[in-house]
Formats: sequence, C-alpha cells, structure tokens
Amino acid sequence: MHFSALSLARQALKGHRGWTRTWRALEQPKSHYDVIVVGGGGHGLATAYYLAKEHGITNVAVIEKGWIGGGNVGRNTTIVRSNYLLPQNNRFYEWGMKLWEGMSRDLNYNVMFSQRGVLNLAHSPAQLEGYMRRGNSMRINGIDAELLDRDQVARMVPGMDVSDKARFPVAGGLLQPRGGSARHDAVAWGYARGADSLGVDIIENCEVQGFLFEGDRIVGVDTVKGPVRAGKVGVAVAGNSSRVLAKAGFERLPIESHVLQAFVSEPLKPLIDTVVTFGAGHLYISQSDKGGLVFGGDLDGYNSYAQRGNLPIVQDVASMAVTLFPNLSRLRLLRHWGGVMDMSMDGSPIIDKSPKEGLYINAGWCYGGFKATPASGWCFAHTIARDEPHDLNAAFRLDRFRTGRTLDEKGAGPVPRLH
Amino acid sequence: MYLNCPFCGHRHLEEFTYEGDATISWPTLDSQDIGSWTDTVYQRRNPAGPHREYWQHVHGCRQFLIVERDTTTHSIHKVEVAGPWAGETAPRNTEAKQ
Ligand SMILES: Cc1cc2nc3c(=O)[nH]c(=O)nc-3n(C[C@H](O)[C@H](O)[C@H](O)COP(=O)(O)OP(=O)(O)OC[C@H]3O[C@@H](n4cnc5c(N)ncnc54)[C@H](O)[C@@H]3O)c2cc1C
Ligand SMILES: [Zn+2]
Repeated sequence: MHFSALSLARQALKGHRGWTRTWRALEQPKSHYDVIVVGGGGHGLATAYYLAKEHGITNVAVIEKGWIGGGNVGRNTTIVRSNYLLPQNNRFYEWGMKLWEGMSRDLNYNVMFSQRGVLNLAHSPAQLEGYMRRGNSMRINGIDAELLDRDQVARMVPGMDVSDKARFPVAGGLLQPRGGSARHDAVAWGYARGADSLGVDIIENCEVQGFLFEGDRIVGVDTVKGPVRAGKVGVAVAGNSSRVLAKAGFERLPIESHVLQAFVSEPLKPLIDTVVTFGAGHLYISQSDKGGLVFGGDLDGYNSYAQRGNLPIVQDVASMAVTLFPNLSRLRLLRHWGGVMDMSMDGSPIIDKSPKEGLYINAGWCYGGFKATPASGWCFAHTIARDEPHDLNAAFRLDRFRTGRTLDEKGAGPVPRLH
Repeated sequence: MYLNCPFCGHRHLEEFTYEGDATISWPTLDSQDIGSWTDTVYQRRNPAGPHREYWQHVHGCRQFLIVERDTTTHSIHKVEVAGPWAGETAPRNTEAKQ
C-alpha cells in the first residue's frame, strides 16, 4: 500500500477501516538465508533495508527476540544531530543527517523528522570556546554550526532562565539548525515496511540462542524456532551485544551495558520549539507534538541489563530541568522508563567484520544510536555485502582499542559510564 | 538501591560511586604485553547476572567496597571491603533491604 494524501483521503471516507498490515506477519523463518540480521531494532531493520535496496541482497531475515520497536529504538528521546568534534564521527553522522533529510520520501513513510535545531548551552567562556572549536570542526566538514551569545540564546528559547542569578548562568551556545527530532516508532516501522516490501523476512518473537559453526566459520543461528542457516550473520542487538556475542565465542568486548532513563511530562501548550541541552550537568529536553516535554540526562552509572533505573537520576534530571526552566517546577511526570545501552569504552560505535568468518558486528552505540540509525544500517549493509567497511565506518573497528586508534569524543578515558 | 557498607550500615545509592568490574586482573607495571594491557583497560565480560564490582563510599567512610550484584535485577548479594582491610570485617548481605 502506497501512502499519499490521496490514500489518506480515501481511507478517511471509508472510516479508516481499509488500512492493511505494514509488514507481513511471519511465524516461521525459512531454513536458509543469504544474510541473517540478529536484532530488529532501528539498526537491524535499516541494515536489512539497505542490503536489499543498495546491494540487491533480498534473501534476508531480521530475527528479533521480542517485537519490532520494543528495544531502544522505541525508548529513546529521539534527538538527531551531527555536531561532533572528531572528523571520523562527524562525517559518519553527517551522512546520517543527509539520509534523515530524505527518509520519509525514500521510505514513503512519515517519520516526522523535524529539523527544529539542537542547541547546546555553554555556562562559562571556556566552555563556549570549546564549543567554538567543535563548531569549527563541523564547518570544516561542511556541517552547519552557529555560535550564539547569551542574547541570541534568550531570543531563541524564551522560557529559559538566562539571568545572572542562575546557579550556572548561560554564556551562549552552539546551535546546529539542521538537528532536531523524529518519531522513533515510525522509523522502526518505516524501515520494517521498506525492507519487507523488498522481500526481507521479519521474524518476531524469535530469540537467537546460539550460533551454528562449521569449523571456525559461522553458518547460521540457533533460535527458539529452530536452527536457521545463512551465508553471513550480522549482529545488531544494542544493549545485549555482550550477551549475544558471548555465544559466538567473544568472552569479552570493549562494551559495558548500562541503563539510561527517559521522562515525559504531562502535555503543555507549546513552550520549547527546539532541542536544548544543559551544559553544566547533563540534560536534554524537547517538546513532542502532543505537548509532553521529553527529557533525559545521565546514565544511572552502573552495569545493568534491567530496563529500569533508580530514583537519584530522576531527581537529578528533574532538578536540572527546573534550573533551566523555572516555570516547570510544578509540572508532573506522566511516564518514565529505562533502556539498556551498549556503552563502548571510548564512546564511539563499532561497525565491522569480526575475527570470525561469516560474522559481522554492529554495537557500542551508547546513547547516541538513534540518530545513527540510517547511517549505521547503510554502512553495516555495505560492510556485510562487500565484506569490507565503507570509508565512513572505516574508523569504527573492533580492534581499535588494541591498535591505539580509539575515538574518544570527550576525552573521558576508558570509563563507559562517563561517555 | 541500598548498599550495606560494612563500616556504615545501610546507605542509599546516592552516597556511593561506581568504579566498575572487580574481576579484571592487571599485568605487572613493567609488562610490555599489549594484549594483556588491552584486556585490562578495555575488555569486559559484561555479564547479565551476578557481577563483582567496585563501589566507593565517597559520602561516607570513603572505603572501596567489592559488591556482588545481579545486573538483571539490581539485587545485592554481598558487600565486602577491598584493599588492605579486606577480610577484617564480615561480608554484609543486603537481601532484606533493596
Ligand atoms: C532512554 C534513552 C534515550 C535515548 N536517547 C537518544 C537520543 O536522544 N538520540 C539518539 O541518537 N539516541 C538515543 N538513545 C540511544 C538509541 O536509542 C540506541 O543507541 C539505538 O536505538 C540502538 O540501536 P537499535 O535501535 O538497533 O536498538 P534496539 O531497538 O534496542 O534493537 C536491538 C534489538 O535486538 C533484540 N535482541 C536482543 N537480544 C536478541 C537475541 N538474542 N535474539 C534476537 N534479538 C535480540 C532486542 O530485542 C532489540 O529489539 C537513547 C536510548 C535510551 C534508552
Ligand atoms: Zn561506609
């Protein structure tokens, strides 16, 4: 089914009863595929889509433990940006930004990508200078970046406390006007529908419990629905990377799993029409189309596979929100939840062939993996199809920790909870 | 989450900082073996289930503790003292209070 203004009007006349399923409901996988993608999050689905679309590999299965959209792709705060310092990250995320800009049209599915701008606040002249450096690095790579002074910030975000009385007065900010947010579920559903229409099988409720080996080579996966053989297997299971890859013989990886929480307030009239981040702590806040304020902050800070966090972070994040927007002090939280992050040791991702033949790894997304969805799928598909990384992910190697080529955007060191 | 500090008793999570995996082993300081340094600094088992990990009671006695905690439930099995005083206090159990 093609979505258009016309199809919408037609369905409206029929009381919206004629919409059909967005992708096929498949209970059972086939016995053999050219490529199996483990994990039906944003990255897995995008990988399958680009394998079919860019490389003509359509005999592909996405094998998902739960349901499509149940992982981090449906749990994040939906911020999309490409405002990085290191050129390797910059170029990769900017390619993602370009894919975001064409995504709704390409998928014929409205992902509600809204380029409302992402504004990072600075609270001291030194911090502003750091931002200037990052902004210059972005501009050298052809990415939009604007340095704002305090008055420009005040005009852009009226409800915010930019006074000198604030505990951490605002000194200015770095704005990426093309940054913004998107509807996270729609991204998962859009890629699922796109992949399905090109022939990809999507199998939900099908946990991968092990791998099939022929000698050292990986030739498929063992699932709760039985063994499935494949020419190549790509693993994109986000927070569960260590757990799943342990079954392929990776006893240890440069990854720790941590819990990150997110919060949504009761709906308000329009208040914040951009994405704002607080620079004297860690808070990012935006307003959804339904009016709820969507915000989050730091990780809870300890290894966790539980998709729930603890109370200190709730207090921490809420107090930062109120510091920045005093008018929120009596607002109530409507919902809050947690997701399990694959925090890498340098804060940057891994998209690579693995030392095991037939196995490919996509992991280490930390809390920036939603924005990476299109570029990650695109690069992972290339890596799997061509058996070598694309230029854009050539720096995201698994062995960079041993070779000394880590990509530590913040210079925080090998401490996952600090990235 | 509460940790039962062997010196201070049951204290809230907010008083502690997390210091990561307590099972990693260190090469001798003059070791030139890149492989074992890489393992120590970067490679983690990251188990789903019981995990031995360091915490420091920064807003209390400031001691380093070794905690065994289940990463899938956050329940704490054991709290021990790390370093030279290890073994001088009995390990604490925190089942009763989470
Ligand atoms: C609270 C929160 C806020 C965030 N905010 C942002 C943000 O603002 N901007 C941003 O860019 N990023 C953000 N992120 C990060 C982003 O959501 C993730 O990095 C990204 O979604 C991870 O990729 P994914 O979509 O493929 O993961 P997931 O959706 O988690 O997909 C992985 C899938 O693998 C499946 N799986 C696991 N084990 C198995 C198995 N054994 N067999 C089969 N399938 C398996 C899981 O069920 C899951 O569906 C946030 C994350 C969280 C939790
Ligand atoms: Zn103590």
